Amino acid sequence: MEICGKVLKYGSDINTDVIIPGQFLVLTNSEELAKHAMEGLDLEFHKKVKERKIIVAEKNFGCGSSREQAPIALKYAGVKCILAHSFARIFYRNAINVGLPVLECGEVVMKILEGDELYINPKTGLIKNISRDVEFNVNPVPDFLLEIMEVGLVKFIRERRKS
Amino acid sequence: MNIIEKILAKASDRRDVNPGEIIEANIDKVMANDITAPLAVKAFKEMGGKKVWDKERIILVLDHLVPANRDRSAELHMLLRKFVREQKIKHFYDVGRGGVCHQIMMENHVKPGEVIVGGDSHTCTYGAIGSFATGIGSTEVASVFLTGKLWFKVPKTINIVIEGKLKQPSAPKDIILYIIGQFRADGATYMGIKFSGETIKDISVDGRMTLCNMVVEMGAKNGIIEPDDKTALYLKERGFTSPNFIKDDVDAKYYKTVYYDASEVEPMVACPFTVDNVKPVSEVDKVEIDQAVIGSCTNGRLEDLRLAAQIFRNKRVKEGVRVLIIPASQKVYMDAMNEGLLETFIKAGALICNPCCGPCYGGHLGLLAAEEVCISTTNRNFVGRMGHPKAKIYLASPATVASSALTGRISVPR
Ligand code: SF4
Repeated sequence: MEICGKVLKYGSDINTDVIIPGQFLVLTNSEELAKHAMEGLDLEFHKKVKERKIIVAEKNFGCGSSREQAPIALKYAGVKCILAHSFARIFYRNAINVGLPVLECGEVVMKILEGDELYINPKTGLIKNISRDVEFNVNPVPDFLLEIMEVGLVKFIRERRKS
Repeated sequence: MNIIEKILAKASDRRDVNPGEIIEANIDKVMANDITAPLAVKAFKEMGGKKVWDKERIILVLDHLVPANRDRSAELHMLLRKFVREQKIKHFYDVGRGGVCHQIMMENHVKPGEVIVGGDSHTCTYGAIGSFATGIGSTEVASVFLTGKLWFKVPKTINIVIEGKLKQPSAPKDIILYIIGQFRADGATYMGIKFSGETIKDISVDGRMTLCNMVVEMGAKNGIIEPDDKTALYLKERGFTSPNFIKDDVDAKYYKTVYYDASEVEPMVACPFTVDNVKPVSEVDKVEIDQAVIGSCTNGRLEDLRLAAQIFRNKRVKEGVRVLIIPASQKVYMDAMNEGLLETFIKAGALICNPCCGPCYGGHLGLLAAEEVCISTTNRNFVGRMGHPKAKIYLASPATVASSALTGRISVPR
């Protein structure tokens, strides 16, 4: 898996209530959820994400509730990958399970700016900042999670049950 | 090993486990509610699931949208009722039968030493009686429906030792708010938290639930308290026998140990818009409020309602302030009625709502308009959590919320 794209930056403690506010949890359709992604935080999000599909955030991204609707909304809104200094644990698992690549990066995120163009390889942990011509190495995603992250847990289990 | 490691070792049929190791645990029980279970049911079917792994170990609770507030909520409920019938799920709490999912779990299902997962972040509440319990998302709930197993990374454990006598009118809620203020929102990410010390021994199971409930607000995987005589009594009252309690080994290790003195904890409040923005009530006591909420999986239990009723007795809520009292379960509701607490609330001018999540997560009843201010016993005060993104939520103990309702501004309980 390799991911390329431009960066959309956010700060620390972005919680699941702003990623998808509680009133929309009655929705079960992924596209409908996506329409309300980030509504509690950034009303310009949908405009921005057309161009910039890699979210780079600071600490504790996705803190708060266990709602899987949060990574689903981001994924279907067009987000290709999230890099963060750190993630809240339920969000981290949920993102992998819905097939939204996430990578914990530590301080490195501070060196990535809004609009930068990145190349990301979750398997090796290599991140290239093409705009600034620098490379970083972060902890790669463990193999067994990588498999799930590529297809999502539903498909992963369905395939495994068939074989 | 410490208590968390011992429970996880047992659940994964190992002699021992170490922090950082990945294990696959047998799950004793799995819970989901009306906003997480529908996605789980969908995922279960897409995974090719025909039959759940164990119809007696799945607990489904309607609580976030009870009773249904719109057609879409009613449809979610309908979908779950159908799944319950199809799969012959034994434990289903429909409208009028249950209350907030975590309260229902603690009243009827959780036992010490079990591994329990729930499609809700506050599943960590159940550590109050010595189980390992943590929140997961809907797709993982579906995979547990199918297999009864789930992988975990064995967490590092922080031992939080609390000594000293809690001074009136401070409550367990004030302790946990204080600790979250110190740890900050990401201070315990991925970690297990064990509470111990003299103060914990004094605190009731209701109060211990408040402590464990909020560990997720500092990022923790679970909170846990070693079972003791109070736990045994709690189990007995529910008709459960006490198993051999799992406790720390004498040489148990922790990632770190931190100490707090409960006698120094004054009434605290978490100010907008993060749970770790904690201040003593005395520093914000000029803030005027529009609404006061007493309820939720954090503080909607009998002990909480008793405290609030004590403050409301023979008093009237300040003109212009709306008070919502939301018992956490039908049982709490009934007990409160039998003790005459409901009469006290009604005479004070409070509205008693049905057992449910209420305005806690902003999707159902009792929501706020822009610029309105609410003081609440719930557990999150994020932007938009209780209605309009410009509304402000302060989190506090039942005593602080009740006292504030009488004065119309955030007030130290008297
Ligand atoms: S009461 Fe609030 S925090 Fe508890 S389960 Fe319901 S919505 Fe979640």
